[in-house]
Amino acid sequence: MSVPISAYLTLAAVLFGLGTVGVLISRNVIVLFMCIELMLNAANMALIAFSRALNLMDGHVMVFLVMTVAAAEAAVGLGMIITIHRNRETINIDRFDLMKW
Amino acid sequence: MTLDAVIFVISAVVAIFGAAMMIAQRNPVASVLYLILSLVAQSVIYVQLGALFVGVMLVIVYAGAIMVLFLFVIMLLNLRGGEDLGRPSGRISRFTKYAVTLLLFIELIFVIRGVALPPVADVVSSQPDAFGSVRAVSMLLFTRYLYPFQLTGVLMLIAVVGAVVIARKERTDELPEETASEAASPEKSREGTQE
Repeated sequence: MSVPISAYLTLAAVLFGLGTVGVLISRNVIVLFMCIELMLNAANMALIAFSRALNLMDGHVMVFLVMTVAAAEAAVGLGMIITIHRNRETINIDRFDLMKW
Repeated sequence: MTLDAVIFVISAVVAIFGAAMMIAQRNPVASVLYLILSLVAQSVIYVQLGALFVGVMLVIVYAGAIMVLFLFVIMLLNLRGGEDLGRPSGRISRFTKYAVTLLLFIELIFVIRGVALPPVADVVSSQPDAFGSVRAVSMLLFTRYLYPFQLTGVLMLIAVVGAVVIARKERTDELPEETASEAASPEKSREGTQE
């Protein structure tokens, strides 16, 4: 195989960095959620690359668990977004300050 | 440049392009579509790394199901990208955010450079119990990782029930005047208040 594992890990790092930038700068809460999904995917890619490097399939199982957690998080989070949008008429993350004091 | 490297470079460029465009878009529907583009490119890389089953699951579960959930919520809230999101909160400047992310990225690169990885062999094959095939992954999932696997089922149940409870409209405890008079027909009044 001609592509080294570190290239895959670097790609995962780039995607994780893009996700971090998105979480920090986006003000639309739905885009922010998608950036979190992107960060989870970057971690998944690192897991897949490591399991290939070590020739173990445990990483694939971990990816399944991460995908399940991502799906659960998306379902609950989008429910919360709907409720807050219904009460406050906004999707701006800066206005989501119910638990701030 | 071998075929492997060509495939990797093309998929990596598409994945990064999709992710960057997702952040840059104002319209959330376009954001979702760019994220799907990025996910498909990532699944190509999964397959290249020998994770055939997980790569297919990424497209089916992520691009197919979770992204449709996002689209559904966007349609439900009727977002078109023209919403006034207000001015950015000025407590932390945008430059600081980029700088912190760059620092994190450099740190990750240092870690990747520092770790010694064994060279990998070509393992992608179409044998039924080859590395990353359905049979091999599920064998591991249903033996060594059976307990975590069952726990994810519980997690999904909690998440689904929780999502329904959170997103449901608050039911008003006292009935409105006109429905209170219809108390003689209980089904009708319940229909009116539950919504």
